[in-house]
Amino acid sequence: MPSYSLQVNGNSITVNADADTPLLWVLRDELNMVGTKYGCGIGQCGACTVHVDGTATRSCLLQVSSLEGTKITTIEGLSEDGSHPVQEAWKELDVPQCGYCQSGQIMTASAFLEQNPNPNETQIREAMTGNICRCASYNRIEKAVALAAQKNS
Amino acid sequence: MDTQNNPFAFSRRNFLRTTALASGGMLIGFNLFTACKPEVTPPVDIANLNFNDFNAFIKIADNGMVTIFSPNPEIGQGVKTSMPMIIAEELDVPWEHVHVAQGILDTRNYTRQVAGGSQSIRFGWDALRQTGATARQMLVNAAAAKWGVDAGSCKASQGVITNSNGETLGYGDVVKEAASLDVPEDVALKDPKDYTIIGTNAVNVDIDKIITGKPLFGLDHKAEGMQTAVVLRPPAFGKKLESYDDTETRSVSGVTDVIRFGDKVAVLASNTWAALKGKKALKAQWTADGNLENTEDHDKILADILDGNKFDVRREDGNVKNAFAQADKVLERTYESPFLPHNCMEPMNFYADVKPDKIHLVGPIQTPAGTAGRVAELLERKEEEILLEMTRMGGGFGRRLYGDFVMEAAEISNLAKKPVKVVYSREDDMAAGIYRPAIKYRMAASIKDGKITGYHLKEAAINSNMYGLIPNFFPAGCIENYKVETANYKSNITIGAWRAPYTNFLAFAEQSFFDELAEELQQDAVQLRIDLLQNVKGTTDERIQYSGQRMEDVIKLAAEKAGWGKAPEGVYQGFSAYYSHNTHVAEVADVVLKDGNPIVQKVTVAVDCGIVVNPTGAINQIEGGVLDGIGHAMYGDLSFKEGEPTATNFDRYRLIRMNETPKVDTYFVENGLSPTGLGEPGLPPAGGAVANAIKAATGQRIFKQPFVNEIGKSNTEVLT
Repeated sequence: MPSYSLQVNGNSITVNADADTPLLWVLRDELNMVGTKYGCGIGQCGACTVHVDGTATRSCLLQVSSLEGTKITTIEGLSEDGSHPVQEAWKELDVPQCGYCQSGQIMTASAFLEQNPNPNETQIREAMTGNICRCASYNRIEKAVALAAQKNS
Repeated sequence: MDTQNNPFAFSRRNFLRTTALASGGMLIGFNLFTACKPEVTPPVDIANLNFNDFNAFIKIADNGMVTIFSPNPEIGQGVKTSMPMIIAEELDVPWEHVHVAQGILDTRNYTRQVAGGSQSIRFGWDALRQTGATARQMLVNAAAAKWGVDAGSCKASQGVITNSNGETLGYGDVVKEAASLDVPEDVALKDPKDYTIIGTNAVNVDIDKIITGKPLFGLDHKAEGMQTAVVLRPPAFGKKLESYDDTETRSVSGVTDVIRFGDKVAVLASNTWAALKGKKALKAQWTADGNLENTEDHDKILADILDGNKFDVRREDGNVKNAFAQADKVLERTYESPFLPHNCMEPMNFYADVKPDKIHLVGPIQTPAGTAGRVAELLERKEEEILLEMTRMGGGFGRRLYGDFVMEAAEISNLAKKPVKVVYSREDDMAAGIYRPAIKYRMAASIKDGKITGYHLKEAAINSNMYGLIPNFFPAGCIENYKVETANYKSNITIGAWRAPYTNFLAFAEQSFFDELAEELQQDAVQLRIDLLQNVKGTTDERIQYSGQRMEDVIKLAAEKAGWGKAPEGVYQGFSAYYSHNTHVAEVADVVLKDGNPIVQKVTVAVDCGIVVNPTGAINQIEGGVLDGIGHAMYGDLSFKEGEPTATNFDRYRLIRMNETPKVDTYFVENGLSPTGLGEPGLPPAGGAVANAIKAATGQRIFKQPFVNEIGKSNTEVLT
């Protein structure tokens, strides 16, 4: 089985995995980082969103063999203690219902705010549209992204 | 029926027991399910109760910190937060001193678990308050004894007991003594006006774990030596496994075993990806084993049922036939809905480790006790050998009431003699569903002298019909001649409960029909409902489930908050109200037209769930329920072709997304009555409110879900 050197949350890690293994399953099964969630496996729901070189990316479609030399950030590495402004906003507004999709939502929101620190409502709604919340906590997700932007500024 | 007259009274001594802890603290055990389930007979032999009969515990440490072990399944409805709030209120401790832990659910000891139906808070209200108050009283009694004063002269507040001299003792100072006291028989409950926790916002107790990605869900569970199992199941309802070739599967690196059980084949692997790949590489031959059914056939079958005369009468008042014969006009409409999958974001999964001496099960399940029993039966083992631990659930919506995936895990582990975690891919999850059944409703109403004189509802459904209480919902008791009839067609497609079973669609049909009746009568849609509700007030019919007054109150509140009848130019409003799961809800949808297309901009919701325990959680439930209701009414659609579902993932199955969601404004009626559930009641009225607003905006009446397939058709096209 081939081995790959990955940069995950600032740590250099070597993993043994088949070349076609999606990053999602490397994270969950090999690295025991289960915050990144499986939802659909075809890039439609956003539950598996991580940052690759700062860009929100679906880890379920991303083969491990394509990731050497990139910087990967997962929900576990977004902040040391849950103090990222997006995480704080999520807590302040009590966003989650079942909670399963929320790490993906938070990863999408945090990458988006890096690119657009002062978004308007329409921009937030468009940016978050790739992430499904089956409990439909959308009103609060929208408010929390706006609140996180406020906290940042 | 009025929920203020609580039918769930109980004797406290039947479920409470205390003991001192070696660490110096006090442990109070209580059986939540005995206390909360009115039909359960408490154990007679109280003296010989032991802690194994309890499934919930409050631990008060000698530093005054309180841990509440909640045994309740948490599927996103918030009871893991709200139920401990009720205990903490009566115990009278600062919420910041309370830690909530998930109780381990051991089916050997906890034998009375139930969950579902938006009933946790309703049934738990009295028991939880009594539990907290009893513990508080015991602490006060212990402090009074220490001081040598009358307990009646002492007061407890915020974890501190004060006597008439102004001396104080913390709860932690007297727990040891309190633990050895008798459980008092009569304790005073707080006046709701003195509440400091109930009615305030408490953030989800698992929030920190959720936002930092800690293991919490069933899919996150791991154990030493565990294999991941992905299962190949028959691709269609009505097919069975003939044979399979696993040569390629066994060559996938990481695959450790391939096991046939019944008509299924499990691929076991050291990791999930290998198991998924191994399953894909299986070559299976299937043969027909029954009907291979099509949605087109169901359409015709259900329409034929409605045209026929083989129905079960579920409720009949007066004489509908006469009312219709004497009517000035009879309005008749047919409403249709498709199958729906649940699509919990966390696909079905479960861990099982079947050993010769014990069986360990871990995962997300709404019915742990019943499921453990079925596993015992399947493996011909004793239920006492089973330990079942529940995880937080990535959504339930009714799907996790059914333990089919637990049975699979147990069977595979038993055959493989290894611990396994069964994991469903999204495709497995959608194709091996226990769906909301496809249903058609035919509703007819007779009008005489400007009044509705008769109402006739017929239900034709796949496999099963509305449950017994529904025929006694609105408009039962409001219309003199009233009849509800049901019939079904037996299909091999599995169906089951889906958030707000039956009413999730019936409410849309009924509330659209009443909108049309208001039009026909040239009356305001809100006023028509209020007028009708006067007829049910003061009813002596005990079968009637809802309250005319409480329904009228939510209708008026929603109309007022939404500015009903005063919408600005270009905003079109639709109204809907529904009672389900003991909660009354009214909704007004605001629709605008964008390039001629109706867009839902806002939904104003008025809710009567009695006392709101945790407003932030309650609002979350209503917002989610409303948007879920709109999403499935607009887009939800699962068809079958030759027994196979036509969509198995989110590329072809559409769920509502953020750019399609309106704002939801939620208001609660303040009446101080005992609380009722919120997990489901926000959903049923949503589809009708939106459909009625679309009618106001475009002139088009919608008779079928999903709306997205209907919008743009002309009414004559639909009605002919």
